[in-house]
Amino acid sequence: MGARPLPILGEARAVMAQATANTVEPMGFFTDTTVCIGCKACEVACKEWNQLPARGDGGAHLEMSGLSYDNTVRLDGTTWRHVKFIEQFPEPYNGRWLMMSDVCKHCVQAPCLEVCPTGAIIRTEFDTVVIQSDTCNGCRDCIAACPFGVIDINHVSGTAQKCTLCYDRTSVGLEPACSKACPTDSIQFGPISELQQRAQRRVEQLQAQGESKAQLYGADRNGPLGGLNAFFLLVDEPEAYGLPRNPKLPTRNLAKSSMLSTLGAVAMTAIGALTLRAKRLVAVAREKQT
Amino acid sequence: MNPLASGFWPLALSLQGIPSDTFYTGPPHFRWWIVLYFFVGGISGGALLVASLLRLFGAREDTHFIRLGVYISFIGCVISAILLVVDLGVPLRFWHMLVQDNTGRPMFKWWSPMSVGAWGLLVFGFFSFLGTVRALWDDRRLTWSTLEFLERPTTTVFGAVGGIIGGLFLAGYTGVLLSVTNRPIWADSEWLGLLFLLSGISTSVAALFLVSRWRGIRVPSTEERLGQFDRIALILEFVVLVIFIVSLGSVAKAFLNAWGILLLLGVVGVGIVMPLRMGREAAHNVATASILVLFGGFVLRVVVLLGSEQIHVVGAQVIR
Repeated sequence: MGARPLPILGEARAVMAQATANTVEPMGFFTDTTVCIGCKACEVACKEWNQLPARGDGGAHLEMSGLSYDNTVRLDGTTWRHVKFIEQFPEPYNGRWLMMSDVCKHCVQAPCLEVCPTGAIIRTEFDTVVIQSDTCNGCRDCIAACPFGVIDINHVSGTAQKCTLCYDRTSVGLEPACSKACPTDSIQFGPISELQQRAQRRVEQLQAQGESKAQLYGADRNGPLGGLNAFFLLVDEPEAYGLPRNPKLPTRNLAKSSMLSTLGAVAMTAIGALTLRAKRLVAVAREKQT
Repeated sequence: MNPLASGFWPLALSLQGIPSDTFYTGPPHFRWWIVLYFFVGGISGGALLVASLLRLFGAREDTHFIRLGVYISFIGCVISAILLVVDLGVPLRFWHMLVQDNTGRPMFKWWSPMSVGAWGLLVFGFFSFLGTVRALWDDRRLTWSTLEFLERPTTTVFGAVGGIIGGLFLAGYTGVLLSVTNRPIWADSEWLGLLFLLSGISTSVAALFLVSRWRGIRVPSTEERLGQFDRIALILEFVVLVIFIVSLGSVAKAFLNAWGILLLLGVVGVGIVMPLRMGREAAHNVATASILVLFGGFVLRVVVLLGSEQIHVVGAQVIR
């Protein structure tokens, strides 16, 4: 089965135009990894609702990766939810699995939206980030810009794709498919301010129970990228979950890189003008004569 | 296939030991079309720069190399545009880079190097085309009297200054584009733009020498000055390459594999040191040295692009 264009994206512009006039409270996900059981109902619900193929190449059957219970391996253009299985076994009978349902973070300052040269990536009235598949031309700049490795090419459409936070569902008042399907409420959907309060209470509860490393990732509005609209509760360092500790905007390098190149360009123009100028011919001729 | 077994001399690392946050990102599949574009675009930009400098500051006998320069730049520009379009996931939407598909207004983001690059290539194409028409007029291959305005000093200066700015931009912006990402190696240094600029200049002079030999064009006075310009570009390229590696810090460990060997032998050894040692004094060395410089410039782009492409997270491990 091929991935059809998302139903909402064909009409996205009209919806977005209306949406700007009706901006609502920022919405997002709070994922409590401590209650994730690795059932992958979220992955399946996401693929079902968005009609995404099991495999990136459109195939129906996954191959065994050999990586714990993880056979989708990563987020990509056809896997918009991915359950990570992190095995922490210092000894054969002493250890744990960390399970985490990963997704697009819908960053408040979104690197993908920042660099997109076609304007295909937009921010919705829910403060979420959506790629308009009918505008994207598959240049892939957003893939290199995403600090979380979320976006990839959907080889059926040829465009970059990722989680839309079920914009087609949320815009009509429905819950996203993944959080709806999650049997343990590891994935919770709602207004960000409400989710943050709930998450903070859960961290305090876990810390009181002795889980000293319990922490929120991406909940801080003053933190990296202005906070994440899909944030997580972790019980180990972010690196253990494959998350960057300090994700950054790609334009952090723009000024310095451009300045160095411009200075080099000016210098090479001056060097070129000096070495290639015709007057040098006279000096060369004189040198040869002497 | 087990993803851990794929790749070019892969080495799995624990996520805990990663030297930079850039290692958590996904590869954008900038592969051979982009490698070729960066290489051809560099030559194209450098060739128009050199031709324009010769037009502004050179002598009458430089005309042959000016013509070669603009021809190379124009052909390179056309090839570059084709490579960029072919590389897109949906090639027929290439115009979305320039025009908003829903409003018809110009699509431009000054803070996005890819957006600026699309417009830059368009502007470069104009000056390259202008230079090519002028060269064809000079060659009397075009004889329309309406083209006489091309010989006016103001038109000449306009074309040459535009060619210098456009050429420098095309040769250098590709490195800036890579730096303005979150990918390992590319985003871990701000020196890539300057490195690609210098490499674009050295490879364009090499291309000029090679094509001139092929066409049987010999102008010793022009060649001597070009040779000196090329030597300076190569020496500066080596210096900036060293600074680039040092600026990577612990990320430079990503080159402790076959890519690093290729960088050391292919770029530094074959592409910079050997041509500098050979010189271009002896006539038979010119073509050989030029081929080596072109090889080194190509390998530089292969190593920088594919060396980073190779790094990706699989499950809970990073493959490099």
